[in-house]
Amino acid sequence: MGRLKDAVIEKILLACALISILTMIGIVATLLFETINFFSEVSIASFLFDTKWTPLFKPAHYGILPLINGTLIITIGAAAVALPLGILTAIFLSEYASPKFRQVAKPVLEILAGVPTVVYGYFALTFITPLLRKAYPETNIFNAASASIVVGILILPMVASLSEDAIRAVPRSIREGAYALGATPFEVSTKVAVPAALSGILASFILALSRAIGETMAVTIAAGMMPRLTLNPLEGVQTMTAYIVQVSLGDTPRGTIGYQSIFAVAMVLFIMTLGMNIASQLIRQKYREAYV
Amino acid sequence: MTSIKIKNLNAYYGEKQVLKEINLDIGEKRVTAIIGPSGCGKSTLLRCINRMNDFIDIFRAEGEIDIDDKDIMQMDPVLLRKQVGMVFQKPNPFPKTIFENVAWGPKIHGTKDKSTLNKIVNNSLKQAALWDEVKGRLKDNALGLSGGQQQRLCIARALAVSPEVILLDEPCSALDPVSTAKIEDLIVALKKHYTIVIVTHNMQQAARVSDNTAFLLNGDLIEYSDTDTLFETPKDKRTEDYITGRFG
Ligand SMILES: Nc1ncnc2c1ncn2[C@@H]1O[C@H](COP(=O)(O)OP(=O)(O)OP(=O)(O)O)[C@@H](O)[C@H]1O
Ligand SMILES: [Mg+2]
Repeated sequence: MGRLKDAVIEKILLACALISILTMIGIVATLLFETINFFSEVSIASFLFDTKWTPLFKPAHYGILPLINGTLIITIGAAAVALPLGILTAIFLSEYASPKFRQVAKPVLEILAGVPTVVYGYFALTFITPLLRKAYPETNIFNAASASIVVGILILPMVASLSEDAIRAVPRSIREGAYALGATPFEVSTKVAVPAALSGILASFILALSRAIGETMAVTIAAGMMPRLTLNPLEGVQTMTAYIVQVSLGDTPRGTIGYQSIFAVAMVLFIMTLGMNIASQLIRQKYREAYV
Repeated sequence: MTSIKIKNLNAYYGEKQVLKEINLDIGEKRVTAIIGPSGCGKSTLLRCINRMNDFIDIFRAEGEIDIDDKDIMQMDPVLLRKQVGMVFQKPNPFPKTIFENVAWGPKIHGTKDKSTLNKIVNNSLKQAALWDEVKGRLKDNALGLSGGQQQRLCIARALAVSPEVILLDEPCSALDPVSTAKIEDLIVALKKHYTIVIVTHNMQQAARVSDNTAFLLNGDLIEYSDTDTLFETPKDKRTEDYITGRFG
């Protein structure tokens, strides 16, 4: 009886695993299929090197560079906000905060991470952008800076929480060893705990950045829909994700090149985030035995 | 030069009292052993001397500990711990190179000059009787060393900041007999320069390495005298029972 139950449960679990794997395969297959269709009409060279992205207008250009540029500007900006603040928050929480404070702060961080990103988008548009425009009047309503800041805020809890886990996982005995040599709490955290937790911290950075790259609603609302190849953060840009939203919401008919173009863009996005997730896994594994 | 005077020390974890009216004079450049059954407060007493218990929220102590007639509660704990080094029960090297482990203390205390650091690392490793085994691989990760080597590395790391007192909390309990013998020899050699306090479960070890021995039981200091007297002609019945293995 017990054995039968085990066997049934095993089958059910196997079915669940298969469903998620099949879904994954289905998604990749769809992406691949439409991407191949896209490239039967657009050359890979023009896709990669053309500097204009206007698939929905005449004359149509299919250079993905402006979209990658938009995504990268916002991701780098977000990293500049979230990585230093995240690691400082993590150091504070792991080394200085009282257990009580930490007990409250950690769940709050996790709740912040769960706020729908559309809320962050409107926060950028109605709060951050006006501030920026006060400081720099030439700022566009839609601009990369505002999007960077808000995406930075959005991934900050993830960086802080994961880095804090990594720092706290450094054994207490190692910290005690450092304190016993006459180290200050700051020296213990920056010169022993953080270096020992470096792999976990790096992994959290990469995960957060891949989240920033994939972020959609907030950047669409804050940075706008104009694919521009610019480095000026006060101008509007379009990210890869924002382009996908734009076409998905519009009335571009199935089977057209405009429709297929979102799959090609999604493919690039998929490869980028997959690469980063794999990198994060590798870093974690490589340094798994950093301490015993 | 460095004597430790413990006066009327009471210590508590929350409500629970774990040290009761301890009075103990620890002589300089001697090895003082603290023995007693598990849970009697040996580690707590040792960790009072370099204020490592400060990190435990529920811990509280009353009384006074003077090092060279200075009350340690009035001292900056960071400076105190530079003067009073500690080696723990389980070897706890940093996940860094052998060199970095030993150089870490001097570096945070402001030594930057490369050749000075080299000299300190070499001397400390020699004093800890580890130099011959690691001289070719100072750049290797310390976690690749054996347990006994790691423990001697931790001793070298403590010596590198030139402390005056060294506290050892069961430094051999995780080690094999050969490594244990090496560390015991080392302790005897080090007392020329340092005041040493060692907690141990192992009575032969206390007899072999120490000059004075203190016997603790349930937070009370039962007996304290020179090691030979304590082991050969204990005054207290409870000490005798403990060292003859009748309880504990
Ligand atoms: N962090 C702590 N919180 C609460 N109680 C503690 C703490 N550390 C130790 N104690 C208690 O204090 C008493 C003395 O502990 P201590 O570690 O000093 O004993 P010990 O003599 O070193 O024992 P052992 O030989 O097992 O290491 C024990 O009853 C222990 O349970
Ligand atoms: Mg102990």
